[in-house]
Amino acid sequence: MPKLRIIKFHESINEAMTIAMKSNRKVLCFGLGVDDPKRIFNTTKNLKEKFGANRVFDTPTSENAMTGVGIGLSLQGYLPVMVHQRFDFFLLAMDQLVNGAAKWFYMFGGQKNVPITIRLIVGRGWGQGPTHSQSLHSWFAHIPGLKVVMPSSAHDAKGLLLSSIFDKNPVIFIEHRWLHNTTSFVPKEKYFIPLSKSNIVKKGSDITIVANSYMTLEAIKASEFLEINKISIEIIDLRTISPIDYSTIYKSVKKTKKLLVLDISNEKFGIAAEIVSNITINLFKYLKIPPAIIASPNAPTPTSFALTKNFYPTHKEIIIKIFEMNNRKLNKNNIPKNKNLHDVPGEWFKGPF
Amino acid sequence: MILIREVEESIALKYSENKMRCPTHLCIGQEAISSGVSLNLRPIDTVVSTHRSHGHYLGKGGNLGKMIAEIYGKTDGCSKGYGGSMHLIDLDVNFMGSTAIVGNSMPVGVGLALSSKLENYKSISCIYFGEGCTEEGIFSESINFAIVSNLPALFVCENNFYSVYSDLKPRQPKNRKIHKMVSAMGIKTFYADGNKVLDVYKTTNKAIKYIKKYKKPVFLEFATYRWREHCGPNYDNSIGYRTEKEFAKWKNKDPINEFKNYLVKNKIINANLIDKFYLSTNRKVARAFKFAEKSNFPSEKDLFKNIYA
Repeated sequence: MPKLRIIKFHESINEAMTIAMKSNRKVLCFGLGVDDPKRIFNTTKNLKEKFGANRVFDTPTSENAMTGVGIGLSLQGYLPVMVHQRFDFFLLAMDQLVNGAAKWFYMFGGQKNVPITIRLIVGRGWGQGPTHSQSLHSWFAHIPGLKVVMPSSAHDAKGLLLSSIFDKNPVIFIEHRWLHNTTSFVPKEKYFIPLSKSNIVKKGSDITIVANSYMTLEAIKASEFLEINKISIEIIDLRTISPIDYSTIYKSVKKTKKLLVLDISNEKFGIAAEIVSNITINLFKYLKIPPAIIASPNAPTPTSFALTKNFYPTHKEIIIKIFEMNNRKLNKNNIPKNKNLHDVPGEWFKGPF
Repeated sequence: MILIREVEESIALKYSENKMRCPTHLCIGQEAISSGVSLNLRPIDTVVSTHRSHGHYLGKGGNLGKMIAEIYGKTDGCSKGYGGSMHLIDLDVNFMGSTAIVGNSMPVGVGLALSSKLENYKSISCIYFGEGCTEEGIFSESINFAIVSNLPALFVCENNFYSVYSDLKPRQPKNRKIHKMVSAMGIKTFYADGNKVLDVYKTTNKAIKYIKKYKKPVFLEFATYRWREHCGPNYDNSIGYRTEKEFAKWKNKDPINEFKNYLVKNKIINANLIDKFYLSTNRKVARAFKFAEKSNFPSEKDLFKNIYA
């Protein structure tokens, strides 16, 4: 068997970009900083050198207009990949996204599609605070016409980004900053992971956990302790949150009869609430106990080291909730503790952003 | 100009039949701009426009029957009934789309200009908008990017002095000259009377020569006036946001009358020929309405068509 190649998430994004740009000259890459010394946390490394300044270019700080420029390019057959170093910056572009990109194909009677990909990076920790750490993916999932993709591993990032770039629709591709340094097996060649198809990360029988992006990692972490304690969880990583793959969730919930949904964002009015509502409406008779949600509280993200302490749920909250949902007693002292301080994912990240 | 005027008058006349069930913004009084600009555009040149786009669409050569059918919400409409009056498209003539949010189509036009630049400046991107758009953030964002990237973009500002029912007083400083303000950003600008079709034509011609020669964008401002209400078929001078006197002044500057008089006075064409042209135009317009009336409505299940490509 050949040796498995392990690379980092940010390297896998870079590899997907390189493959896409090499295989199709219509693929463009732009956004504030794509060719600056930091290269969007290394994800756009060497792209300008390989593909030239016509195809890889820095832009004015004009998020709204540049999204429209991407739409215009896509109408002439280009496949623009736009990137924002924080999700929050992209909020300036809502008119172009919602009234433009999402509607174009529909409102002109299916004559022109808008195949743009918008990469958004979600911040967390080191005091990113109220305006540098939002993930409003649920907003976008609310809008027909958009696709919303949230990879949770280096392996998925490459295959999902390639599918997003060559998809015929506008795709919002959301990268969690804490995933950038994670590693996984990533084949060297070009491969596509289909959109709107979720991934069963771990098979189990006692409860279904639906997760996305970084929360998938917390679920996997929780599963190790739960396994030892003889609770078998099934983890579904959504991969694409819209259009959502309900059939995989239905199948799993019919089997486990219990549902816990995790989200990286605020609890209320989000993707987790949508899934819980859908399952309650459609699979009520299968459920043994009420479904549950673990997500951030409905407060803006605070900045202070002290205030963020309990803001983001971790494997610990997941374990406690699952013990409770399975009617099991738990000695909380036995839950393995995080090695790192709560506001960093590991030694590699000391901010500043 | 006559075609645009007659189409718009027919829409106004028939609007009360309640068969055109969508917000409709007429450009009666502003026809000289669509006409004078469009005569300078080649088929390969692209156009994007706004909620008030009938004139721009027809000027570029957009299919008349399909436009009327679109306003009627029929399958033969240029957007298959999904867009209505505010979302017109005719790809056969590179009319790439009109959209209904102020400033929304502007950067799309800039993107079209960038795609042209990437293909060796093969076409010019003509971008229509009103003076209200100059108050939007996206306006300066779009112009700025076109300047720094040397894009073949023709920005056409139709200044009709009103944004819905709001005049310029609360919106812009007194005596602002939009073209001068924009010129300070570092773009070549021209200004002309938007009710004089020859002036519009000549100014646009200069602009296009400039774009081709220097591979840089140009900004045009044309002053004009809409005769009817912001949205809908009626006159609305009585509701109190503008005066009958102001309207009369502009009506006196009717772009069509002015040009007709010029042509006849200078013996370029005789009045008979103009009458004949009206006759054939009216037949064409009547045919378009008949086509729209006859066309089918989309079926109810088409609601879910074309959400994703």
